[in-house]
Amino acid sequence: MSALTIRNVSKHYGPLPVLKDINLEIDSGEFTILVGPSGCGKSTLLNIISGLDTASEGMIEIGGRPMNGVAAKDRNIAMVFQSYALYPSMTVRRNMTFGMECRKVPKQQQAEILDRVARLLQIEALLDRKPSQLSGGQRQRVAMGRALVRDPLLFLFDEPLSNLDAKLRVEMRMEIKRLHQRLGSTIVYVTHDQIEAMTLASRIAVMHQGVVQQFADPDTVYNRPANLFVARFMGAPPMNTLAARLEMVDGAVVAVMGQGETAVRLPAPDVAQTWAGREVVLGIRPECITEPTRHFSDAPGTTVTVAAPVEMTEPTGAETIVVLRLGGEQALGRVAPDIRLTMGETARFAVDTRKICLFDPISEGRIA
Amino acid sequence: MMAWRQRWDRILPHLVIWPPLLVSCAYVLVFSVWTTWVSFTRSTLLPDYSWAGVRNYTAMLASRNWQIAFTNLFIYGACFVVLAMAVGLLLAVLIDQRIRGENLFRTIFLYPIAVSFVVTGTVWGWLFNPSIGVQKLVHDLGWTSFRFDWVIDRNMAIYTIVVAAVWHGSGFAMALFLAGLRSVDADLVKAAQIDGAGAWRIYTRVVLPTIGPIFVAVLVMLLQFAIKTYDLVVALTAGGPGLASTLPALVVYDFMFQRGELGRGAAAAVMLLGSLTVVLIPYAGFRAWQNRRGAARV
Repeated sequence: MSALTIRNVSKHYGPLPVLKDINLEIDSGEFTILVGPSGCGKSTLLNIISGLDTASEGMIEIGGRPMNGVAAKDRNIAMVFQSYALYPSMTVRRNMTFGMECRKVPKQQQAEILDRVARLLQIEALLDRKPSQLSGGQRQRVAMGRALVRDPLLFLFDEPLSNLDAKLRVEMRMEIKRLHQRLGSTIVYVTHDQIEAMTLASRIAVMHQGVVQQFADPDTVYNRPANLFVARFMGAPPMNTLAARLEMVDGAVVAVMGQGETAVRLPAPDVAQTWAGREVVLGIRPECITEPTRHFSDAPGTTVTVAAPVEMTEPTGAETIVVLRLGGEQALGRVAPDIRLTMGETARFAVDTRKICLFDPISEGRIA
Repeated sequence: MMAWRQRWDRILPHLVIWPPLLVSCAYVLVFSVWTTWVSFTRSTLLPDYSWAGVRNYTAMLASRNWQIAFTNLFIYGACFVVLAMAVGLLLAVLIDQRIRGENLFRTIFLYPIAVSFVVTGTVWGWLFNPSIGVQKLVHDLGWTSFRFDWVIDRNMAIYTIVVAAVWHGSGFAMALFLAGLRSVDADLVKAAQIDGAGAWRIYTRVVLPTIGPIFVAVLVMLLQFAIKTYDLVVALTAGGPGLASTLPALVVYDFMFQRGELGRGAAAAVMLLGSLTVVLIPYAGFRAWQNRRGAARV
């Protein structure tokens, strides 16, 4: 069942377009993440879903009911804000029951629900405190508690983890994921952090300049990005995008980077045959360029070994990021931390050719 | 050169702090102490430093002038503070609805505070005056039985001062309340909207409790305005008719400079200072409590 349908939604402030013809269909129980750089329109879209803002055109359906003209409070949604937006003058208990009080839920039932949610989030001990007496992580829990006391059709999260420090953010991320698995609720979650998007989402909508660039599961978004923007936005470090030329050699497509002596040749997907003889952009993830002893797959032709000059190394502990030159262009690789590479020397790297993507340099869309 | 520079840097803060502090001490402390001293003496037209004990105080407390003035202060203070806060809050909430021409309205409502009390009193005096003001206007329109003569009515005169003072002070209250309302996190209102609260409940349960400290600040400032009120009354009713609208500050002036009873006047002034302290000490306590709570939080 479709929990949320967004059909041809556009938003502009005066002549300035913020959202351009957004179409999304979100199934019940899905964890959807809207991700994109700041100013891409993701928060505006969330506000339109919640009813706090109105679309200039298009329509929203929640649980099959059209929502045009329906106020936020009547949409059967719950929202968690970036600033948590806890009512400072109320205790945690009042914060969580305020919504039920407005909706005239009987006292007895309020107490039961509060009890259950407080236990679920392990905030029973905090119920009589004011928000100012809580730590960041505790406030985050209470904000989620306030959403959970309602049994809504849709949970909306607006960058809920961005005010937490790095360690707490990872903990809360796991907790949100666990909660979703346990409750099976439908969630729309806005973030600018692509790692959050990758780890939490069942589907990711990557947004840029008011347009959904790709709406797919994390694996597809990561390995088969729809265009160069998605390729460069998702992943840290991002996908290498290198200028290349396609050639036909013995009936197979080959991508050539650079000229003469230093040229690097990589086998390209067959579907790109029609592009033979033309310029393309070749995309390859850093983890697909690694030490030559690595074995990617038993399938023949998967692994190609290339020689490339090493410009710099960045050991991160778990792995080492290598800055290297592929056919004259800078690219990043990731090697095991015990591999020692000397700067300025040429080393050999194994390339996983299955993961190579090709993009049209003009439209920036993916060819193969 | 360097050493000179260092010495200058060390001296400068003292130069900035001490002269103003000494001047304020001279004006505030010395004169307060002197007045207090005079209040315990037999001074009449000129200071006379022979000890009189608390005789001036008992005499003042027993005098009709002081009793009427203090009763008036209670009526006027309570009405003025409550009304100015209510009107100020109402205006602030209305302006907070993101209306068009907000700056214009804000300026209009804030403008009275820029007008001196004497001008305020004079203009309201004309408006209240039955033979040239509102009553005359309505009479000229044809409703000849209309009466609006508070300013010459013993029981109502004090309320003319309230009206003029509320007109003068509510814009100031509005500015403070508006600043408070604007400092409230917009997400709070959104969260309350999603929780299903209507506009009334959003204000009474979420927004206004959040700006509680502003209420205290406005209350204290308006109260000390009220206690100090002098020129407004002089210009509007001159304390009349009779003593009907007199206030303690007028009594002080009356005894000190018109009747030549320095001792009595000083005693009245000290009691007025005392009532200011009664307002300010709880406020100081409130601030200290807030700071302690803030510190405990961190």
